[in-house]
Amino acid sequence: MEHRQLKEIDFEPLHLKQSEAEKIVGESTSYWKDAWRRFRKNKLALFGIIIILLLAVLAIMGGPISGHNYYENQLLEANQPPSGTHWFGTDNLGRDVFARTWYGAQISLFIGLMAALIDLIIGVIWGAVAGFFGGKVDEILMRIADVLYGVPYLLVVILLLVVLPQNLWTLIIAMTITGWINMARIVRGQVMQLRSEEFIMASRSLGASNTRILRKHLIPNSLGPILVTLTLTIPSAIFTESFLSFLGIGVQAPLASWGTMSSDALPALQYYPNQLFFPAVFICLTMLAFNVIGDGMRDALDPNER
Amino acid sequence: MAETYDVSDDLLTYTFHLREDAVWSNGDPVTAGDFEYAWKWVLNPDNADTDYAYQMYVIKGAQAAKEEGGSIDEVGVKAIDEKTLEVVLAQPTPYFLDLTAFYTYYPVNQKVVEGADDWALNVTDTYVTNGPFLIESWKHKDQIVLKKNADYWDADTVKLETINMYMIDDENTSLEMFNNGELDWAGDPTDSLPLSAIPSLKADGSLNISPKAGVYYYAFNTEKEPFNNVNIRKAFALAINREGIIQSITQREEIPAMALVPTSIWEENAEGYFKDNDLETAKEYLATGLEELGLEKLPAISLSYNTAEAHAAIAQAVQDMWRQNLGVEVTLSNEEWNVYLDSMGSGNFQVGRMGWIADFNDAINFIELFQSVGGNNYTNWESEEYSKLIEQSRTETDPDARKGILRQAEAIFMEDMPIAPIYFYSNAWLSKDYVKDLEVSPLGELQFKWVYLAE
Amino acid sequence: MIKYLLKRIGYIILSLFLIITVTFILMKAAPGGPFASERASTPAIEAQMNEAYGFNDPIHEQYFSYLINAFTFDFGPSFKYVGQEVTEIIGRSFPYSLILGLEAIFIAISIGVLLGVIAAVKHNKFGDYLAMVIAVLGISVPSFIMAAILQYIFAIYLQVLPIARFESFAHTILPAAALATTPLAFIARLMRSSMLDVLNRDYIKTAKSKGLSERVVTYKHALRNAILPVVSYLGPLVVSILTGSFIIEKIFGIPGLGSEFVVSVTNRDYTVIMGTTVFFSVLLLVSILIVDLIYGLIDPRINVTSKEGNK
Repeated sequence: MEHRQLKEIDFEPLHLKQSEAEKIVGESTSYWKDAWRRFRKNKLALFGIIIILLLAVLAIMGGPISGHNYYENQLLEANQPPSGTHWFGTDNLGRDVFARTWYGAQISLFIGLMAALIDLIIGVIWGAVAGFFGGKVDEILMRIADVLYGVPYLLVVILLLVVLPQNLWTLIIAMTITGWINMARIVRGQVMQLRSEEFIMASRSLGASNTRILRKHLIPNSLGPILVTLTLTIPSAIFTESFLSFLGIGVQAPLASWGTMSSDALPALQYYPNQLFFPAVFICLTMLAFNVIGDGMRDALDPNER
Repeated sequence: MAETYDVSDDLLTYTFHLREDAVWSNGDPVTAGDFEYAWKWVLNPDNADTDYAYQMYVIKGAQAAKEEGGSIDEVGVKAIDEKTLEVVLAQPTPYFLDLTAFYTYYPVNQKVVEGADDWALNVTDTYVTNGPFLIESWKHKDQIVLKKNADYWDADTVKLETINMYMIDDENTSLEMFNNGELDWAGDPTDSLPLSAIPSLKADGSLNISPKAGVYYYAFNTEKEPFNNVNIRKAFALAINREGIIQSITQREEIPAMALVPTSIWEENAEGYFKDNDLETAKEYLATGLEELGLEKLPAISLSYNTAEAHAAIAQAVQDMWRQNLGVEVTLSNEEWNVYLDSMGSGNFQVGRMGWIADFNDAINFIELFQSVGGNNYTNWESEEYSKLIEQSRTETDPDARKGILRQAEAIFMEDMPIAPIYFYSNAWLSKDYVKDLEVSPLGELQFKWVYLAE
Repeated sequence: MIKYLLKRIGYIILSLFLIITVTFILMKAAPGGPFASERASTPAIEAQMNEAYGFNDPIHEQYFSYLINAFTFDFGPSFKYVGQEVTEIIGRSFPYSLILGLEAIFIAISIGVLLGVIAAVKHNKFGDYLAMVIAVLGISVPSFIMAAILQYIFAIYLQVLPIARFESFAHTILPAAALATTPLAFIARLMRSSMLDVLNRDYIKTAKSKGLSERVVTYKHALRNAILPVVSYLGPLVVSILTGSFIIEKIFGIPGLGSEFVVSVTNRDYTVIMGTTVFFSVLLLVSILIVDLIYGLIDPRINVTSKEGNK
């Protein structure tokens, strides 16, 4: 038997950074897996996802299957109640409300989700940075937000319309230009509160970098308020769009969104309630779905509930 | 105010004899000097807040004084004595008496107003008036209360003691307040009724409708292709189903407009210069127009309107009609009022919604709108012949001959079709059954003087 | 602390200056002007009006006069409502909005916080779901639809409350309720979520394990820590509710301040735009300062006055 001689070359040093050595390993991979496992068990949240998928399918298919389009006028068939030919009735120009509802869904869902996404990204980063670093950084970032919030919003939108072309992206810019500020304020408050918690101090004393603390601790621990704010952004975007339509921004008639359909139908509430009922019900349904999904995500991602 | 008036033979000099018993609410007599003072105040270039001063330009020397540095003493208005006012006009103006009913011509009490610029800003002792009613209180944007004026020269005729006016922005809210018995009057001319309520109000017979001297129209920008072509303009004007719009959208029994001057001024315009919804002819015009322009097919055109429920509904209906009847793509563009006026004024439109409601009851008020480019004429259309006829009408003293000239001008206008008239406006209102003798004039004025409440 | 306050007041003045500058640029760049009208006047008369209102002065002179006006709180007369001072317009309309706003804020906070706490304590039970449905309805039915529906049910159908106008307390109930809808729902959702976060924190668990009663833990410790996100949201919210809502005021025929914001912009009534903007901004900036101070009261560990927070 020959003794195998172990030489130095047979060994490779394990390249290990000091910081990683002290990391509690395994945490990050199981965090998302764990969250997904818990999310799946939440029946209500899954139900919410099914509703959203259903609405998405209808938004795409609803127009074609109705056999009508959103623009053709039938002046003699105006303001009809729901019937076999017009499932949701007709509007003041005799257009099919069912078809209009689903073409409107495309616009409203797109606007709501885009606005929410942009508000989320800008707001969370802005607020987290301001709250975490505090001092001068905080002052500068938050004062910029104050100035934006103080300038008359309508004037900003009117000017945007002068400078930019009239399309959906201009509308989304108009809505996000101040939309993220609420998110930033809430995240900033959360981060300021959390940064003095023991586990943050512990993490810091273990040498975690600022970005790591923000990413791994502060933002996940603020997820609750972030998700709630996010779910509010969607309906507020949907209705801001209808309010801004008087400036001629956003969707142009005869195309309508849920927001403009509801505000157009509002004066006729007493006479033709169906014209308001359908878009309003779908807005509520959408919101219910997003809220149960949000709650499910909150429960699943809550670092304290693991 | 005037008991009698005399007109000179050349129709240039009017002499008004004011009634002896006309007094201001502070007891001062209403004098000819008060009129002279008020009119000259308006025409004084130092007083800038007078955007309606041009209504007085028929008076001799008025425009010169206001705009060209002419002397204010040269203006042809003079108090001969306490109760006699003499007015000299620049040209015989057959509608001058109609004009004097316009509010720019109202007198003010010189003794009170002179040196007190803020006399009418709030209801105080200096708020001196001379009508059948006095203003009792004025809460800005909220409420005005009027009381009967016991010193009014014709006070015996006035039966109402108090009038409460509420300022309500929302049409539905005021309608509900009316239904609830909180209001005795709702709708035109001080407010309007919500579109969606009209059918049911008509069905239960409570809606009152009267014609109004105004025209709702689409202006073509005659400098932009394809509307620089008269046949294209005609095609678009003829391919609108006005009756359909009135029946299904506006529903206030407006009169389809195929002419410029409303039927409440010229009855014969009910016929108009072309047939409503004449698709055959429209297609012929379209074909001719396209050939003249050297086009195969019309490019997409844009239709602009300022944001409002009714404008939006009409624009969408017209869009659909043009799409179906002429096969043209129409994009709509709505703008906020101020931006809209800016776009229209700078010619940044192809077809744009406009309307005109008469200042005074004469056809010239509509016809002179389009005398020259600029001002209220957004079409960039002008015609030498048309302008000449208008000037000719101003000196014509025979009413029939004058009307003939003006109708000739209107015919030229309609032949060139720089606008597509849609309908002549109407007033639509609700009033409680016990409100008697309250009528809306075609100019959209309410006279409360003769109103009484039946028990 | 005094030093911090002085510094913040300095920032408020700076922010105000920036807001005025940006607003000035925007309103001068916006198409149209206060004298634009369907009935165009003659060019000469328009020129006289522009001259009289100082529109022909060099732009920097106009800017400085606005700036001085803003810091002396004297904005001059409105262009559209002849002879009315801007301060007078704000002074007469703000009280209406203030009363409505206070009622709405009271409704929103009291019911919102209550719903949120119930939902968190009854997590994933019936109470939670009920609160959720109420909140979702509140979020997805915006104030203008809520106003019309409330008006229809209570004033027209049941006839228990007045339809519109502002004459007595009864007149304020419907507009205040409509105004409160969205904030109420949002506060409830926010409260629930942060309450859940806090209830799971170690120190609450410790407090419970020490034998403190459920109620004490919930109301004394958890509520105090959980209300923070609501406070962040409240600062700007309170200001925008107190300064009125265009749509609510329109539907209920109330001559409040909210409509002045919108109407002044659509009228291009420059002095009123400036006046309302400065008024709103001062309230906003002060409320944000107050929010930051409240943070310290709620959680003494938050120290906004420190120079660098992460040291």
